[in-house]
Amino acid sequence: MSTTTEYTPKTSTGRIANFVDQRVGGSIIVKEFGRKIFPDHWSFMFGEVALYTFVLLLISGTFLTFFFDPSMAHVIYNGSYNPLKGIGMSAAYSSSLDISFDVRGGLFMRQVHHWSAILFVAAVSVHMLRVFFTGAFRKPRELNWVVGGVLLILAMAAGFTGYSLPDDLLSGNGLRIIDGVMKSIPLVGTYLSLFLFGGEFPGTVIIPRLYSLHIMIVPAIILLMVALHLFMVVVHKHTQYPGPGRTNDNVVGFPVGPVYAAKAGGFFFIVFGIVAAISGLLTINPIWNYGPYDPSPVSAGTQPDWYIGFVDGALRLMPGMLGNFSFEWLVPLPWGTNTLTLNVLLPALVPAGIMFTIMFTWPWIESWITKDKREHHLLDRPRNAPFRTGMGVAGVVSYCVMWAAASSDLIATHFHVSLNDVTYWLRVLFVLGPILGFIVARRIALSLQRKDREIVLHGRETGIIEMTPEGTFSERHEALDAYKLHTLVNYEDRKVIPAQPNAAGHVSRSEKRRGALSKFFFEDRVAPVTPSELAALHAEHGHGPAEIEGSSTESIEK
Amino acid sequence: MKALSQRRRHPLAAVALLLMGLLITGGLYMAAGSVNEAKAATGYSASDIEEGNKLFVANCATCHGLNAEGSADGPSLIGVGAAAVDFQVGTGRMPMQMQGPQAQAKPVQFDETQISQLSAFVASLGAGPAIPSEDMLDTSHGNSAAGGTVFRVNCAMCHNAAAAGGALTRGKFAPALAGVSEKHIYEAMITGPQNMPVFNDSNITPEEKRDVITFLKEIEAQGSPGGAKLGSLGPVAEGLFIWTGGLGIIIAFTIWLTSRPS
Repeated sequence: MSTTTEYTPKTSTGRIANFVDQRVGGSIIVKEFGRKIFPDHWSFMFGEVALYTFVLLLISGTFLTFFFDPSMAHVIYNGSYNPLKGIGMSAAYSSSLDISFDVRGGLFMRQVHHWSAILFVAAVSVHMLRVFFTGAFRKPRELNWVVGGVLLILAMAAGFTGYSLPDDLLSGNGLRIIDGVMKSIPLVGTYLSLFLFGGEFPGTVIIPRLYSLHIMIVPAIILLMVALHLFMVVVHKHTQYPGPGRTNDNVVGFPVGPVYAAKAGGFFFIVFGIVAAISGLLTINPIWNYGPYDPSPVSAGTQPDWYIGFVDGALRLMPGMLGNFSFEWLVPLPWGTNTLTLNVLLPALVPAGIMFTIMFTWPWIESWITKDKREHHLLDRPRNAPFRTGMGVAGVVSYCVMWAAASSDLIATHFHVSLNDVTYWLRVLFVLGPILGFIVARRIALSLQRKDREIVLHGRETGIIEMTPEGTFSERHEALDAYKLHTLVNYEDRKVIPAQPNAAGHVSRSEKRRGALSKFFFEDRVAPVTPSELAALHAEHGHGPAEIEGSSTESIEK
Repeated sequence: MKALSQRRRHPLAAVALLLMGLLITGGLYMAAGSVNEAKAATGYSASDIEEGNKLFVANCATCHGLNAEGSADGPSLIGVGAAAVDFQVGTGRMPMQMQGPQAQAKPVQFDETQISQLSAFVASLGAGPAIPSEDMLDTSHGNSAAGGTVFRVNCAMCHNAAAAGGALTRGKFAPALAGVSEKHIYEAMITGPQNMPVFNDSNITPEEKRDVITFLKEIEAQGSPGGAKLGSLGPVAEGLFIWTGGLGIIIAFTIWLTSRPS
């Protein structure tokens, strides 16, 4: 390269830029990355929201570390908040109160931190729902889906460790539940709890330990995972919704530079602004209300932040006894009697365990059932994958029932119903809700597909009623334009693939199971309108897609 | 002291000693009595009791019985004291609108005098907690920090740490405490209305009760330092907001950002 004539910029700025570029290679990165194309759709932006709220968390969190004292040393509060003056508490709670009342801008920053935390997890969740319902997790993106799932768990972990730091009554109650759940694990539970709390709950070490998890370890792993996640997004290219000119081999959209860089940069500040406005106007976690942690009181309305709510809800839904059957077992062992508290162990670990297992393995489950090993860069409209939409809705309903159960007391007071009835109904819904959700969502998806088919074949109803010279009335149907037509007829047509024999001519048991599932999922289907169907229809009517529908019309035309 | 000891054989010495003893005993008893009972300064006249009886027969006897002996529909009121009547009738809970899990507060049916007459009648049936004196309700003498501690240990599990109320079993609930008068809070503690337990004076002393009232009045007056408090309901209200309002605003912006001029 140096053999050719060296490029020398004319201005000094240019020379500095050139100097840096020759050593850093910025222009190569810009050339490569700046021309990266991203498709435009509002539902693609939740991942960005998650990323921006995470940046906000890092900024506001750093501010908070300057003033927070992660210590459980006993101090007497002597700050500005009168209703707690002279009360003994931990240094952690005292410094949290100081951040709220005596550090300039501290309360605002604390609220920015907390609001962006719960928005962060919400954005991650909505992003994952979008990816699931549009089938964006399919090959080659399965691993990125798993990384996303890990990020969701890490986000929950980051949130929970942060929720516990102020050492107020609310956070202490939350830790007590974690302690109880840990102790319900057979054999090792008590040891786990003693290790975590450095002795009997609450001890004096849990806050500093959670602090190092919260500000160092968990965010570091999140950053690593975010880097991996974004790297894979760049490698795989972004998915796109089906449309004219959009294929599995291209990406239709705008380049990063300058369009997306500007849009994303602007969107960062919009998210920042929204969070700041919310934090300035609405209280979040008013720690001064709860008082210092004391293991004896539990306030009414004690709930975890929303993302842990489903576990709390499952605990609330679980009966201690079912008729005469007790979920608390006393297991006689050589060294004495051990207690197995299934009424804590089952709800705390099983629903979350099932949910995350299905979530992580779903890409493989789906490709196993559909025998679809192809790459997919075009998304499904949720209606065009009724089986997946049904499964997703079943999962969402199951989650929401547990979620609602976590606020059973507030449902009872605000809708003037009995707390017991709320629990009974939610127990019923916990069992029936996902099944109903699956059936209803799949039926709706199939009906929408039929509607699409109807529109393709007969055009859009215009609402214009025409009268023929003979005096019959009919409605004018308007033909679809080519763009809409394309979207409505081009979708993945999944059919039942019955169990097939392997090379040796033997139908294995797992293949039979797969065949049964395939039948269950794809027996009811609405096939997309084929070009020949469309052509036949047009030929029959003897004109273009525009047509007049009505029985009398047919007779006139014939 | 010498002058006093020289007169110890004086004929009136015994009388003086007796008087002194009586004064000390009486004084101590009065002091002790006022602390434990927190009695109202004013007594009730016979006409108050008579008027109260008439009101009782007209408005309360259907459920509580003609002589307040109770029935299947309402408990006996003998020995509940004036404080119970003042609370139940003074907050509009009684006369009860309808039978249900618990009596609900509603607009007060009677005026001050009538409530006082009803209290007089019920108080005349048997000894019970009296209406607290002004002194016990004076929040300028209370300590809100001490009151907050008492509140969190004894009250917050039903009424919520921020006194925003909470649910109990089978449709019963602990109401929010904002806007409840000092007197009614005190009376609720000593009489235990509806499903509330009684917090007698040996459990929570009158001074501690005053501290609790001071705490409640202070957190009510201070408002919310961090902006709108979303009902002080804790993380549920916050989560609900971020999933509706918060994400709603975000989605509006994403749609705006990806819209194309048509």
